[in-house]
Amino acid sequence: MSLIVRIEKDIGAFHLRVNFESENGVHGLLGASGCGKSMTLRCIAGVVKPDRGHIEVNGRVLFDSETGVDLPPQQRRVGLLFQNYALFPNMTVEQNLRAALRGQKSADEAGEIAAMLRRFELTGLERHRPSQLSGGQQQRVALARILLTKPEILLLDEPLSALDSYLRWQTELELADLLDSFTGPTLLVTHSREEVHRLCRTVTVLDHGRGEGSVPVSMLFSAPETLSACLLTGCKNYSRAERLSENRIRAVDWGAELSCRNAAFDPAYVAIRAHHLERADAPGENVISCGVLRVVDDVFSFIVMAATPGGDSGASRLRLELPKEDCPQLKIGDAIYLRLPPDRLMLLKER
Amino acid sequence: MDLYPLYNSLRVAAISCVIVFFLGIFFAHMVAKLPRTVKGLLDVVLTLPLVLPPTVVGYFLLLAFGPNRAFGAWMQSAFHVRLTMVWYSAIFASVVVAFPLMYRTARGAFESFDPTLRDSARTLGLSNSYIFWRIQMPCCRQGILAGTVLAFARALGEYGATSMIAGYTPGRTATISTTVYQLWRTNNDALAFRWVMINVAISFVVLMAVNLLEKQQRRGAA
Repeated sequence: MSLIVRIEKDIGAFHLRVNFESENGVHGLLGASGCGKSMTLRCIAGVVKPDRGHIEVNGRVLFDSETGVDLPPQQRRVGLLFQNYALFPNMTVEQNLRAALRGQKSADEAGEIAAMLRRFELTGLERHRPSQLSGGQQQRVALARILLTKPEILLLDEPLSALDSYLRWQTELELADLLDSFTGPTLLVTHSREEVHRLCRTVTVLDHGRGEGSVPVSMLFSAPETLSACLLTGCKNYSRAERLSENRIRAVDWGAELSCRNAAFDPAYVAIRAHHLERADAPGENVISCGVLRVVDDVFSFIVMAATPGGDSGASRLRLELPKEDCPQLKIGDAIYLRLPPDRLMLLKER
Repeated sequence: MDLYPLYNSLRVAAISCVIVFFLGIFFAHMVAKLPRTVKGLLDVVLTLPLVLPPTVVGYFLLLAFGPNRAFGAWMQSAFHVRLTMVWYSAIFASVVVAFPLMYRTARGAFESFDPTLRDSARTLGLSNSYIFWRIQMPCCRQGILAGTVLAFARALGEYGATSMIAGYTPGRTATISTTVYQLWRTNNDALAFRWVMINVAISFVVLMAVNLLEKQQRRGAA
């Protein structure tokens, strides 16, 4: 049970180059909006045709530009959950589900629909139209409709982003249960690092249409490879880097020389997460002397923006988060020492 | 009062309306799929009758269907069918003149149809004809309905091209609009006024029907 995707498509100045494989379980496609995530799903589902490439699900070739294979979406057995759920507005919930069974040979149509309505807690809503349902209910109808077609693979396009924040958590829990019970490969497209962390096992990062390979989710967060992957995981402190020796670099934007773990390559950037920065009492190894630019009172912490020797704008600033209780009165202009622990520094490639 | 013009007008408008309904939807559906350059050109050609004076449309129709022209003469000799100066000649005129109204409203309705509905239906295994007739058409019902009624109203009111290709023969090709003109020309003001009122009444009823249907639909959807 596996998914192989290798596609190229040019749309004007936008070039989609996606190449990854995934085994069973939930694979995430993480990227900012407009990076080609939805386009990738549409190519796999067959509603958009790639210029070149190869798409294979469980050994079955859906698309191959060399041999000329291009199955119509009706024959791909791919379940695609659209971002807006794409329920047919002119049909009731029951008619929507019934439509999905048209392409199937079903001996017990009514029984299958009733079972699906029970499973997704939709009993009693059969005669409602999509416009009368809440966002969460609409999503459950859309999922029920997809599962009735017995797909071999599930593609979910930003399944939670259309929901209110208070509905989102509940829906995410339900979605996690569903994903656990689905046996085939699943692709989850999202721009949320939290969703990737909670729902996915492996992940491919898409950056301006480019996505290469697949990494375990834990690796993405502990040791991202590229700057774009690092930024997508929520890290906000980064600087251009120059390698000085095996375990020493110059952080150009921060204006400091730092020791780090041995790098197997020449890093283009160095980054550190806000909660990994430590306050120090005096100058020392990997300690930068900074000036407080701004203190922001956030919900559970103070966010401090600090100027480095490299400057007080753009990437030269560092952002650190301090717990509310142990934040002594910091004022704008105060000097502080920040320690960047060598094993917390993430060394990054250009792309 | 001879009611033949009323009967003939309704007959011509109804038949034209059915023809225009299918032609308009067919072309609206087809043009939407064409590459952009061809689309622009074809769109202009199909909309032209909307802005051309009806007499120009009538002239073109006579050019094609006239008894001395190639197509008209061939129909005459091969099938003994006359295409001008008979009651159904008015249908040709009404179809050409009413077509752009149906075509443009249907095209507008199709363009506002959410393409992800089509995509999702395809991934669910539904055939293209099912998608068109059971999803796209119902979703575009309002626009299609409005276009049909407008086309009917326009066909009913057609005068210029009709008078050129069907003429005015009492009891044979007379329609309400040609009758009004004829009565006014012969100073029969009283009768002309009656026909005018009949025409106004029909148009009024038709437009009322549209408004009611739209309201009903909105209530059904909410």
